[in-house]
Amino acid sequence: MSPETKAKLDRIIAKYPQDKQASAVISALWLAQKQNGYWLPRAAIEKVADTLGMPYIRVLEVATFYTMFNLEPVGKYFIQMCGTTPCMLAGSDSIKAICEKRIGEQRKVTADGLFSWLEVECLGACCNAPMVQINDDYYEDLNAANFNKLLDDLAAGRPVKTGSQTGRVASEPAGGKITTLTTFYGADGLSGPLSVAGKK
Amino acid sequence: MLADKDRIFQNLYGFGDPGLKGARARGAWDNTKGLIDKGKDWIINEMKASGLRGRGGAGFPTGLKWSFMPKATDARPSYLVVNADESEPGTCKDREIMRNDPHLLVEGCLIASFAMEAHACYIYVRGEYIAEREALQRAVDEAYEAKLIGKDNVNGWPFDLYVHHGAGAYICGEETALLESLEGKKGMPRLKPPFPANMGLYGCPTTVNNVESIAVAPTILRRGAAWFAGFGAKNNAGTKLFCVSGHVNKPCNVEEAMSLPFRELIDTHCGGVRGGWDNLLAVIPGGSSVRCVPADQIIDCPMDFDSLSKLRSGLGTAAVIVMDKSTDIVRAIARLSYFYKHESCGQCTPCREGTGWMWRVVSRMAEGRAHKKEIDMLLEVSKQIEGHTICALGDAAAWPIQGLITHFRGEIEKRIDAYSAKAPHEPVEAIGVAAE
Repeated sequence: MSPETKAKLDRIIAKYPQDKQASAVISALWLAQKQNGYWLPRAAIEKVADTLGMPYIRVLEVATFYTMFNLEPVGKYFIQMCGTTPCMLAGSDSIKAICEKRIGEQRKVTADGLFSWLEVECLGACCNAPMVQINDDYYEDLNAANFNKLLDDLAAGRPVKTGSQTGRVASEPAGGKITTLTTFYGADGLSGPLSVAGKK
Repeated sequence: MLADKDRIFQNLYGFGDPGLKGARARGAWDNTKGLIDKGKDWIINEMKASGLRGRGGAGFPTGLKWSFMPKATDARPSYLVVNADESEPGTCKDREIMRNDPHLLVEGCLIASFAMEAHACYIYVRGEYIAEREALQRAVDEAYEAKLIGKDNVNGWPFDLYVHHGAGAYICGEETALLESLEGKKGMPRLKPPFPANMGLYGCPTTVNNVESIAVAPTILRRGAAWFAGFGAKNNAGTKLFCVSGHVNKPCNVEEAMSLPFRELIDTHCGGVRGGWDNLLAVIPGGSSVRCVPADQIIDCPMDFDSLSKLRSGLGTAAVIVMDKSTDIVRAIARLSYFYKHESCGQCTPCREGTGWMWRVVSRMAEGRAHKKEIDMLLEVSKQIEGHTICALGDAAAWPIQGLITHFRGEIEKRIDAYSAKAPHEPVEAIGVAAE
């Protein structure tokens, strides 16, 4: 474990009451996975168990229960493609076809080590569907053209933009928001914070 | 349209500053101490009077839930746990709160914890929301630094707030599975009773609330229960975040008054249904777990708990999944069945075996490779799963199938006929119906 990871883990353990450090197990596994090229070898799982004073089986259980723990190597860019119904309705079939064509079978890392992919369940960005998560980041409002370009850019090491690929800021309607146009309404719905206006 | 002055989430889309300065300019953290000084009974009574029903899907009255918490003691401290494990397909509202308006949530955590005598609160953020939990953590850090929260803070209630995360498991959105997960275990739901209010996190009294339910609390208390109760039909009060996805021209999240008719929601905010209203097939109005509603029934339906439950569906998380006539409805529901199969924790046999069984059968139906008598068999099996499991995942897996059969039986039969007419085809007689 790197000293940096150890310091992070200590801060995480401190969030929980004394003798409840098992609560840190997901965070600890996650840190271990990040430090190890986004997957968890058996040794890392056992190291987490030793660090938290938990039986190996308890930590193995957790590592196998939660989808985000990868128990085998993944590509440098690990693509989790959402295929649940809201994304499916918005065209995730075409994104899936591109993954199959360019990367191949699910869970198989490409020969150059750059990519692997997996169809996952709803990632909770349904107003910006279809979408994928690549390592830590969401890429939204995808279509065949911008997803192909995204993969080209990643492969070539060019910088990419996370979030919407069609210029939306968040989940506002395409073309610009039509609500929350007037901000800075305060607590009375009119003029800003009550205490600032001197009203109580 | 709901007026901008009546919006709680003024920075929903993140065009403004999500930080403390921006949040304060929008009215957050304004006289929080004054609210706390009014006492826990006042807060709980206001919350009850506001008519706020839980925003996580079940719609249980929030104020009433808060009132269930026993008096805290030194041996058994009370906890507030915020459910930010947003994973119900179609739902993406809490994400915007956490990354764009996080201070409303942080302030809500302090006030709710005070009302329930909790000195510590954990926010359980789904694992995939990495940027969101970092944004939320920034807001928590800012609040600590400004002494708005912490052991010794200006608001007078010693309070620690921790951001915790999961690692990809829908079931952890179920409150007792969430608590198991927070304790460092597999997310398997607990048998109730005991309920979390008596035996929750670490065996202590705990209340689990959805992000939106907590984030709206400070504004409700500042502007008054009557203001909030003024929106929506009786028993369905307030403003609500709707997540509209699928076949509308402009999918979006939007805060609107409850009980707004479906047509108005879609026309006002989403640019209408793709291809016009005549092209609407069906809507799943409350996240994947509720039954779908055909076009003619939903178009003029008020979007609220009671109206949608009259249609044997539900408001759920207000994740509105719109499907136009180009949709392969059987496949759309089959994909949801796959979701539940994937997410079943495996603890109860009817759910563990039943979700896979239903998925296999409904997937065959999507191709037409089935017997017509299997439609009734599928319906029967779904009813054997519903109500026979520890948590509601079994019900949630059964309802989409039931909705499909109730409203689109003809479509399934058409597929079966078409498949049988096609030659050559795998003989339907050879298809086994039991678990493969």
